[in-house]
Amino acid sequence: MEHIVGIDLGTTNSLVAYMQGDVPVVIPGVDGSNLVPSIVALDRLPQDADQASGAARPTVTVGNSARRALIASPERAIYSVKRLMGRGIEDIGEELKFFPFRIAPDVQPGEVLRITLGEMNFTPSEISAYVLRQLKRNAERFLGVPVKKAVITVPAYFNDAQRQATRDAGRMAGLEVLRLVNEPTAAALAYGLDRATDGSEPTRTVAVYDLGGGTFDISILKLNDGIFEVVATNGDTHLGGDDIDNLLLLVALDEIRMEHGVDLRQQPDAIQALRKSVIEAKIALSYDAVARLDIELPGGQRYQREIPREVYEQLIAPVLERTAGPCRQALADAGLTPEQIDEVVLVGGSTRIPAVRRLVDEIFHLTARGRKPHTELNPDEVVAMGAAVQASILAGSSSATDQLLLLDVTPLSLGIEALGGVVARVLQRNSTIPASATEHFTTGVDGQTNVAIHVLQGERELAKDCRSLARFDLKGIPPMTAGMPRIEVKFLIDANGILQVSAREQRSGTEAQIEVKPTYGLTDEQVEAMILDSFDNAESDFAERQLIEARLEAETILSAVNKAPENGVWLLLSEAEQAEIFATRDHLVTVQSSRDLKAIRDATTALDQSTRRFAELMMDQAVSSAMRGKTMQAADQTLNENSVEIHAPHPFAHAEIDEDAAIAGGEMRKRQ
Amino acid sequence: MNHCTSCQKALEGSWLVCADCGAVQSDSTIDFFQALGHERRFGIDTAALEREFHRLSRRLHPDRFARASAEEQQNSLAATALLNDAWRTLRDPVSRLEYLLKLEGHAVGEEHAGKGKSAERQPPSDLLEEVFELNVQLEELRMSQKMGEAADGAVVKDLAATGVRFESMLQAVDDALAAESAKWDTGAAEARTEAATRMIQLLDRRRYLQNLVRDVHETLGAAA
Repeated sequence: MEHIVGIDLGTTNSLVAYMQGDVPVVIPGVDGSNLVPSIVALDRLPQDADQASGAARPTVTVGNSARRALIASPERAIYSVKRLMGRGIEDIGEELKFFPFRIAPDVQPGEVLRITLGEMNFTPSEISAYVLRQLKRNAERFLGVPVKKAVITVPAYFNDAQRQATRDAGRMAGLEVLRLVNEPTAAALAYGLDRATDGSEPTRTVAVYDLGGGTFDISILKLNDGIFEVVATNGDTHLGGDDIDNLLLLVALDEIRMEHGVDLRQQPDAIQALRKSVIEAKIALSYDAVARLDIELPGGQRYQREIPREVYEQLIAPVLERTAGPCRQALADAGLTPEQIDEVVLVGGSTRIPAVRRLVDEIFHLTARGRKPHTELNPDEVVAMGAAVQASILAGSSSATDQLLLLDVTPLSLGIEALGGVVARVLQRNSTIPASATEHFTTGVDGQTNVAIHVLQGERELAKDCRSLARFDLKGIPPMTAGMPRIEVKFLIDANGILQVSAREQRSGTEAQIEVKPTYGLTDEQVEAMILDSFDNAESDFAERQLIEARLEAETILSAVNKAPENGVWLLLSEAEQAEIFATRDHLVTVQSSRDLKAIRDATTALDQSTRRFAELMMDQAVSSAMRGKTMQAADQTLNENSVEIHAPHPFAHAEIDEDAAIAGGEMRKRQ
Repeated sequence: MNHCTSCQKALEGSWLVCADCGAVQSDSTIDFFQALGHERRFGIDTAALEREFHRLSRRLHPDRFARASAEEQQNSLAATALLNDAWRTLRDPVSRLEYLLKLEGHAVGEEHAGKGKSAERQPPSDLLEEVFELNVQLEELRMSQKMGEAADGAVVKDLAATGVRFESMLQAVDDALAAESAKWDTGAAEARTEAATRMIQLLDRRRYLQNLVRDVHETLGAAA
């Protein structure tokens, strides 16, 4: 059976899910984790790479394994790339202050961004494609069949360019993107599954508050007889847990500079290590009254700091307050008071923060009405589960979903630039999609055969304050007296929230040609050229390929484990832990050469699990050595001494194995 | 009367889909009333129309055609866009009114007043005095806001009172529109023409009043 998977391509973490019968299930990677961190690291290029062949794409590491590269070789790794999707160099100034994005120096305003990793440049869509490909592989591994079709979620407040960039990423990863679904809407689908669809319940009004790693959305929906109808949506595509991390990081950097006279700002590896520590503190503060930072600085000093929850909450209050405005605007657009919201659903990892829950409670008057928000489903997983539900709706494959229908809206008004740089609205925000609008244009000069049209998205009065979507040239207008041609231009926003345009000259009946130049998009040809390993889709030898890859995977982890005892960290393990590792290793050795795919994989997973603590110890070691303020070169040298050749164990699933164990293996290789 | 492009039977209800054979129609000339299968009139039962909108959405939506041919998908997309445009326009009494008047061949708003000098910028003659007074109050408040001074409580109070008065005028216009539209729905050709003429004027007045009320709320909001 053909599977359509649902993918949550997140700022911090990404997930893939599918419908198992009537239930959405998140698919774990080989390490057992449902979350694939949205981190991509470029592996070191082989010294004697056959450049002439040009066939080989660089190999990258995705997910947990790439996390280590953030500290070991930060110039080759990237996280939170979703913040750059569909954006230009002129509107990422704020991001560059807080994120270590290295933008290629020759990127011009109005162009698609390119990010430098090591010696290569990538568009944000390509980086996202690597994450998507990893999820695709995880799904293929889990389901045992090729996966070619997907539903991918996007923030509801994503504009046209951001949506196109996401769809392009899917295509580059070898996925046919059947639908882009808004994240809060997907969450509502996941929650709404069990409800009656027989018309026995009255219409309920639901607000979905979705605060993720990098984006904030609020959507208000009416649920009626299986129809999920969005009535208003609002948000901020650059607001999330990332902003809290950055705030804590800045405070720590300042204090370290003031109190210890150590300036870590020019040391990317130390910053990433510090970032890891403050994120841990942030997570702890959702459960504990106080969190402690204790970090060894260059020169042996220690930065020790207690962060009481009250201090933390004061610090982050301005960030959280930024979510209130969009909530009130969405309520106003829906024509509803907080009291008319029957239920509130919390989505996104940042909604675990108690202060966020208090704010939501205030905005929607929940406690006052004796209500509680929905938090039953894991806020990290609910969007992916909803995407799987939508995939099932499209596939028509489950009786649980055949009565469900999602009616979503466009988050931003669509307009065209009129005389004087003013925006003439063509479609209002919160219009149900698909939606269309028709406008008429004419010429201003006798014999004119071209008319230029500038399409914008946004709520502001002036074109310069809105988002430029595209410039169209209507060509091939028959020469007539000025004002005579009547050119009808039809704007259509499809079910993905993406704009299509068509035009015709009505007096002559000729179809006017349109040359669409998306302001921040890639052309079809560019996307084609960026497609990752197209051979990946060959179906004929799928089973054989899976077997080969499983064996390679086993081999990689075995070689790492065999060398583990040579690492100093090994001695920190208990005898029982060591014995457990040897036992699972021996089991994998016995099944490795069989043709039993499942047995090989199960044994690999078991070995991975038993070495989990060893991997964590390795990670801690990397963090503390980074904090001791080694320079990049020194760190590189150390790595080279230990010969960290982080090659993909195989081209199929290299992020799935416990990368830290793989690295451990690498480190030992040269010592032999 | 329209016929199904697939089975040739006469279409009943919505012209977007054949009730008999289920074929989605690809006819971009269908108007919003035909799309929702509703008689062309001002008075509608919004709740019933919403049920019809939902029923048709289930039939037409692109989600239902994810596995269909490219042509069927295109038809579904176009038909659903038209359905959504129709429901968005007809559910709101004012946009419904404007749409139907245009459909009946009347020039509404900018089209009859001329671009840039639309009637919404010229105060109705019976309101000249009151509008003048309101503008003075608005200007006074904006000036004090601009200078960063605390708003004069008396001015704020006056403005709020004026706002309420204009809101009640707006309500009177809406009532008049409802009365005229009922005449249009039930009247013969001549009565319809008269009602339409009055409604076009009422709509101009409405736009003008609405802009004023919005200005008042914005200025008061900034003063709060």
